Amino acid sequence: MLVLVFFTVRLTGDPVGLMVARNATPEQREAFRVAHGFDRPLAEQFIGYLGDALRGDLGRSLRLHLPNMDLIMQRLPATMELALAALLLSLAIAVPLGIISGVFPGSPLDLLARLIGLAGQTIPSFWLAMILILVFAVNLRLFPTFGRDSLQHLVLPALALSVASMGQMVRLLRSAVLEITREDYVRTARAKGVSEIVITLRHVTPNALIPLVSVVGVNFTYMLGGSVYIETIFAWPGLGTLLNDAINDSDFPLVQAITIFIAAFAIGLNLLTDVAYDLIDPRARQR
Amino acid sequence: MLPRADGELTARQPRSWRGRPLPYGLQRLLHDPGAILGLILVSLVVLTALFADQLAPYGPTEGSLTDAKRPETWQERGLPGHLLGTDQLGQDILSRVIYGARVSLTVGFFGVLLASAIGVTLGLSAGYLGGRVDALVSAAVNLLLSFPYLVLVIIVATVFGRNLLNVILIFGITDAPVFARLVRGEVLRLRGQDYVTAVRGLGAPAWRVMLLHLLPNLVGPLVTLMTFEMSAMIFYEAGLSFLGLSVPPEVPSWGNMLALGRSFLYIYPWMSIYPGLAISLTAFGVNLLGDWVRDVMDPRLRHAD
Repeated sequence: MLVLVFFTVRLTGDPVGLMVARNATPEQREAFRVAHGFDRPLAEQFIGYLGDALRGDLGRSLRLHLPNMDLIMQRLPATMELALAALLLSLAIAVPLGIISGVFPGSPLDLLARLIGLAGQTIPSFWLAMILILVFAVNLRLFPTFGRDSLQHLVLPALALSVASMGQMVRLLRSAVLEITREDYVRTARAKGVSEIVITLRHVTPNALIPLVSVVGVNFTYMLGGSVYIETIFAWPGLGTLLNDAINDSDFPLVQAITIFIAAFAIGLNLLTDVAYDLIDPRARQR
Repeated sequence: MLPRADGELTARQPRSWRGRPLPYGLQRLLHDPGAILGLILVSLVVLTALFADQLAPYGPTEGSLTDAKRPETWQERGLPGHLLGTDQLGQDILSRVIYGARVSLTVGFFGVLLASAIGVTLGLSAGYLGGRVDALVSAAVNLLLSFPYLVLVIIVATVFGRNLLNVILIFGITDAPVFARLVRGEVLRLRGQDYVTAVRGLGAPAWRVMLLHLLPNLVGPLVTLMTFEMSAMIFYEAGLSFLGLSVPPEVPSWGNMLALGRSFLYIYPWMSIYPGLAISLTAFGVNLLGDWVRDVMDPRLRHAD
């Protein structure tokens, strides 16, 4: 992973050419190269970089002249807040809606669930964000258009960020419930005279939630990616705006640092998901 | 997904018609309003892209500043010649949306083609040859799939320059692991089957087994995945344009139009509304069509949403 990021980002172009004033003398260029270690062979630069990364040092930003790790840590809380809010929002809507639509296929709520499922697949989050601003901030003046000052500022960006995963969760839950209600143990419970409510809550819901566990982790990492758009549109001071700025400024050490950070985070989360899966589903443990 | 007559058709499915699934597919299509709608939408977008020169009232970069910043025709300051309004340079929004179909479809189509070509080659070799090839391919695939996709695309996109061919390459490369994983899994399942053992026993070389005996059995899941990946790619291309990492800003692509429209969102909202609508309708159509393709190609997957 580190190898991939290091070499692809380094191929972007000569950092010296970007950083030094156009009228700099060759001597000045050389001095800059030496100062930042760009004169050493690529392999040597990489080994040094690898060692630093393992110690939690992701280098320094070329434009902001600060350690990348500090910049990331400074922006991380805002991104976490947004991504967690979006995740909770998708869960809060998707879980009840997905289960109800699976239990009552064809009902009005099922129609709503299908619409949300479809919206998640067909509406780009950044366009949705713009439409939400137009409708709820500009026309109805219900929410602020950008910034991060109060809980109200969180509503629109969290909603825009959550739609894709909300749709996926609703679809997943709906088909899981549809499948489970055909299982033998549900039929047995019904034959025993257990009420439909108890069947839904005790037998169907817990089993339908199992596949959701693996999706939650993946969706959270995708939200970190999606936050690049959403944060930029809402001027949310998080990692996404930092990454977007770094891309626009060709600040490649910072781009590199942020992508490595997000990727490492994603891999860690994947591991946690696997562990959680084993804890929740005894069948996975036996395998 | 939209309502469809799941299962009801299986009983009436014709047993064989030279062993091809075509009549069943057509029959399903006629009974599935979602699939018909998907087919209509996708055909519309494809025709729009092909005949953009004839359909668009103006050229994609044609415009005069006197006509700039006008809303839709039916709005107060709208101009009769510019149905969906004009942007800050006086370029016709409708015409740019029409031309934008070309970029999205080209990237989607060729990106998926490239991704599946790379992915199938890697997946077939890994699944069939096994051993070191498999270890290497699997490691690379797992590594790439562990990245959040957008981050991976951004890393690769910062390396490539901004033109259409590069955008296709970016998506072809970053999406290949998805195809490799699918093909490898399917090949592992098929490899132990009797007909493969029989062909190998007859002395067929590895390439022959892979291309003539394994590949044809992969067409169903492959075509299904291609459809869904294509709609995802149209999405991600727009997203990449939005970050300024796709085709150059003067090229009329839906993502570029949205990126530009964002700066004028509060004052000229029509600059953002229509390109986004075009993306959504296209993704909607391709997805509906994808559901139909999946049902036709592999009835087993019908309930696995």
